[in-house]
Amino acid sequence: MTTTEFAAPRTGRIDAKYNRMPSKGGNFEMLAWLFMRISGVFLVVLIFGHLFTNLLVDEGVHGIDFGFVAGKWADPVWQFWDLAMLWLAMLHGTNGVRTIINDYADKDRTRFWLKLVLYFATIVIVVLGTLVIFTFDPCIPGSTLEVCK
Amino acid sequence: MSKTSSGTLYRGREGMWSWVGHRVTGVVIFFFLLVHVLDTSLVRVSPGAYDAVISTYQNPLMAVGELGLVAAILFHAFNGLRLILVDFWKQGPKYHRQLLWGVLAVWAVATIGFAIRHLSLALFPAGGH
Repeated sequence: MTTTEFAAPRTGRIDAKYNRMPSKGGNFEMLAWLFMRISGVFLVVLIFGHLFTNLLVDEGVHGIDFGFVAGKWADPVWQFWDLAMLWLAMLHGTNGVRTIINDYADKDRTRFWLKLVLYFATIVIVVLGTLVIFTFDPCIPGSTLEVCK
Repeated sequence: MSKTSSGTLYRGREGMWSWVGHRVTGVVIFFFLLVHVLDTSLVRVSPGAYDAVISTYQNPLMAVGELGLVAAILFHAFNGLRLILVDFWKQGPKYHRQLLWGVLAVWAVATIGFAIRHLSLALFPAGGH
């Protein structure tokens, strides 16, 4: 049986006259879509590890105090783990909320203000969290940690 | 207007409800994340300030809240992996319903497992906090 092959309309480049909007945004939305999937895979590993070590071993939630955090962040692996988790989770979450704002806020002014608040919160939280991880000093008087001796 | 849900923009059934669940859990997790970075930042204020705030996570009512949060995280994680399969696996769109039931089964097992371990640790601490 012979079939006639038709080129699908979307396979080639679309003639510029059919573009509703000038493509000034580049492929940002495609990159954002891809980022959600790639960061998502990493976040599953990072967050499952985080929940396991903080809630499911030893005393669980009752074991968390300053000493517990100091013990973890005395190790560069956990510093990197938490830093990666902070950045990926914040960017993943911010992009998710950005999508929701785009879906539900109709007016340009509302969208503008909601996104301004969102991006402001994101920058504050990411900068704060990053500074805390990098400037944290696990050594308090009487500490028994190896790095503090 | 069609009597069945197919033919409308929101088709209902597994596809739509998993999308709703993904949005709701995503927003919940995001707002917790903002608070969680703030409370963790107290380690830079003083050990006492951090311990005081983190101890609120250790009361029985919050333990149940943590279970709800982790249940949301587990759904978002497993359904997110399903989304990746639907987008990148050739057979994904065809089996998206079966994949969702798989997600719900894995989610139920993981959530129950977490609940047993977390609640026994949080509600009956060994040292008797």
